Amino acid sequence: MNTDRPIRLQTENVGVFYGSKDAVRNVNVSFRSNTVNALIGPSGCGKTTFLRAINRMHELTPNTRVTGKIMLDGQDVYGSDVDPVDVRRRIGMVFQKPNPFPTMSIYDNVVAGLRLAGEKSKVKLDETVERSLRGAALWDEVKDRLKAVGSSLSGGQQQRLCIARALAVEPEILLMDEPTSALDPQSTQRIEDLMESLKQQTTIIIVTHNMQQASRVSDTTSFFLIGDLVEHGATEAVFQTPKDERTEAYITGRFG
Amino acid sequence: MKATIPQPRRGSGSRADARFQAVIVALASIVLVTALAYSVVLLLNGASAFGREGLGFVFGSNWDPANGHFQAFPFIAGTFFTAIGALVIAVPLALAASLFIAEYAPDWLANPVAYLIELLAAIPSVVYGLWGIFVLIPATLPFQKWLASSLGWSAPIGPGLFSAMLLLAVMIIPFIAAISRDVIKLVPNDQREAAFALGATKWEVIRYAVLPYARAGILGGVILGLGRAIGETLAVTMVIGNANRFPQNLLSPTATMSSIIASNFGEASSPEFVSSLIGIGFVLLVVALVVNFLARIVIARLTPQGTV
Amino acid sequence: MVTRASQNIQVGISKTLSPARRAQNALAMVLVALGTLLVLVPLFLILKDLFVKGFSSLNLQFFTQSQSEITFLGSAGGFLNAIVGSVMMLAVALVIGVIIGIGTAIFLTEYREHRLVPSVRLMGDVLTGMPAIVVGLVIYGLVVRGLGFGYSGIAGGLSLGLIMIPVIVRATEEVLKLVPQTLREAGLALGLPRWKVIMNIVLPTARSGIITGVILAVARVSGEAAPLIFTAFGNSFLTWDPTQKMSGLPLAVYRSAFEPSEAAVARAWSGALVLVLAILVASLVARFAARKR
Repeated sequence: MNTDRPIRLQTENVGVFYGSKDAVRNVNVSFRSNTVNALIGPSGCGKTTFLRAINRMHELTPNTRVTGKIMLDGQDVYGSDVDPVDVRRRIGMVFQKPNPFPTMSIYDNVVAGLRLAGEKSKVKLDETVERSLRGAALWDEVKDRLKAVGSSLSGGQQQRLCIARALAVEPEILLMDEPTSALDPQSTQRIEDLMESLKQQTTIIIVTHNMQQASRVSDTTSFFLIGDLVEHGATEAVFQTPKDERTEAYITGRFG
Repeated sequence: MKATIPQPRRGSGSRADARFQAVIVALASIVLVTALAYSVVLLLNGASAFGREGLGFVFGSNWDPANGHFQAFPFIAGTFFTAIGALVIAVPLALAASLFIAEYAPDWLANPVAYLIELLAAIPSVVYGLWGIFVLIPATLPFQKWLASSLGWSAPIGPGLFSAMLLLAVMIIPFIAAISRDVIKLVPNDQREAAFALGATKWEVIRYAVLPYARAGILGGVILGLGRAIGETLAVTMVIGNANRFPQNLLSPTATMSSIIASNFGEASSPEFVSSLIGIGFVLLVVALVVNFLARIVIARLTPQGTV
Repeated sequence: MVTRASQNIQVGISKTLSPARRAQNALAMVLVALGTLLVLVPLFLILKDLFVKGFSSLNLQFFTQSQSEITFLGSAGGFLNAIVGSVMMLAVALVIGVIIGIGTAIFLTEYREHRLVPSVRLMGDVLTGMPAIVVGLVIYGLVVRGLGFGYSGIAGGLSLGLIMIPVIVRATEEVLKLVPQTLREAGLALGLPRWKVIMNIVLPTARSGIITGVILAVARVSGEAAPLIFTAFGNSFLTWDPTQKMSGLPLAVYRSAFEPSEAAVARAWSGALVLVLAILVASLVARFAARKR
């Protein structure tokens, strides 16, 4: 379980409420630096809700409330003096469906975050584009048409463009919300391969419906059920010797 | 990991966000205040008309600017006569056109027809008025004369209630047709298929499945059309004759609230006259508000469960 | 849902279509077609008269001279004063309509959680149903008389701007709603503040739709004459000074139609033609802008 690596993100009694309904309860979990961490569970179990609480993205949904603490490098991202904008700059996100900005070119998509944050140096931007696109394993495919619009790419390429866009601001954590669910098997394969190299530079938390994917790519796995974190541990342990019978039922396909 | 992106001071994003939001809220507040300001401004400027005439301003019929009498009931009545008359003519035709576009015509025919009807809606009121005076009235005058002589009415002069109703009908048809078409297109196909599957004819499908489903939206559109007709000014002013009294019959000249304001404003010399015209404007505003809210209520009440 | 349609039909029992039902069906179709034809006839008549009467007296003078030069002795004059007035007043209206209209639409779509949203939406609807003449009277009471500005092009532009606001709000709101939520989330997830997401991602994505809405709003108010009677008042002389009384194309058409001069009436037809052509061109441009995505 790579216990030698430092803890990057830690949650203390995290709960998420939509109005008075609690979608997630009492989650205590920690994620170590430079690892891939999978969140699994049946639909509506709260794993996506929990993921969106980490970078305060759920604040876009009215009447949502988070309790407990989410500590990023020892600082609570919900602290009263913390700006959600800063949180999101440090915690990147890749979404279920590829969502490149339709009015921007491939190049502009990648540097959108940097440029809007005020970076003007052409050299710096060029450098970032190449580094991020290489990081997302897209560089060779698009290096000759960086000025083309992002939506001209295939679905799998678009998703890697979105990964590059997230990487460009050098996030400390990268959240991935079912990043391959809208993709074909080949594109899925490429993105899974990519994760192995991505964890050299960042820490990944990925929500997935696909248990094979979780077992292939992740170092740790967290199993959610109806808003509760049922089990968390090294992926191998969770899949081979689950401690909770509900986990076992789920991973052996008895429900879900 | 080294932080290479420019890191603004913590919280600066929030402060800029707060400033931006303040600007946006301020702009939206203008809309909020404007609607209220309308009634206040008209009420203040028209208040003296209500002060002098009391309820007589709304219910009395003596409009005689030369002698300082300003009672607006004939114009309120005139507004309703013309608007209702226009609706009677317009609704069946608008409904026919919307059914044609949404249910009967193939796309290659429906699209151009829909576009032409949109075109009808884009023509300004004053152009309708011009056409009304110089084309519509001369063209219908023989019919008006024939009607008057067969019913024993006094000879029509052309401009009057009938001409205004006719012209107004032409103007609100595209409005009602467009709303009806949209509502009819929203009727889910399973409703039609359910009726067809029972062996219904095309007309029966429309009669028993489509129209009942769409009725709230259509009725709402009709009421909004009524609102349009009530507020319509120049075209009506140009063809109604602007007489300061009740119409004796369908063909005689009269006036509506908006036409009396527009046609008399230039001659309104005394402050009493001006405030009376603005007072009529206030009544018009209230009527327009009531009609619009009525339309919303109708749509909300009659909409079948599960429709959008 | 399916049962509602079936309950209403008590006629579907017989195996073959009865002649009565067949006839009813055919009659309905004929009536619908006839009704549609009746709707289109006035359109063709209006367009025909507009082009025939409008073109016959349209010449260069129409664009180079003003109404003040129309005389009983047959000098035709032109509508230059009204064209200039319309352009200037529409420019004023555009500024007001765009800033307040788009701002309000941003408020309604991007700040949905704000407690003023329901009231602003309600008042927006109220403004939509407000007769144009009422808006003219309000500006008369508030600006022309209340603030003592007198009749002016600015007052005219102000009234047209107020009429534009709800049109632009509605059109902009529609397109902003079409911008996928995931784009906003993608922007925020990059650590961008909300205002940058709105200005640099949401608005550019919706740009062509917003432009279309604005053009249509301008086209719509460019035909409004009623509010100008109480605000800009009209002016048969050419003026470029928006603090003076001004005419607008629809107002000039209205006034000329009642003048006891054939030349003036002929000018009214030309003015109407030019006005309608301008509006048609604007809506074609708007359609083009909408298609070019």
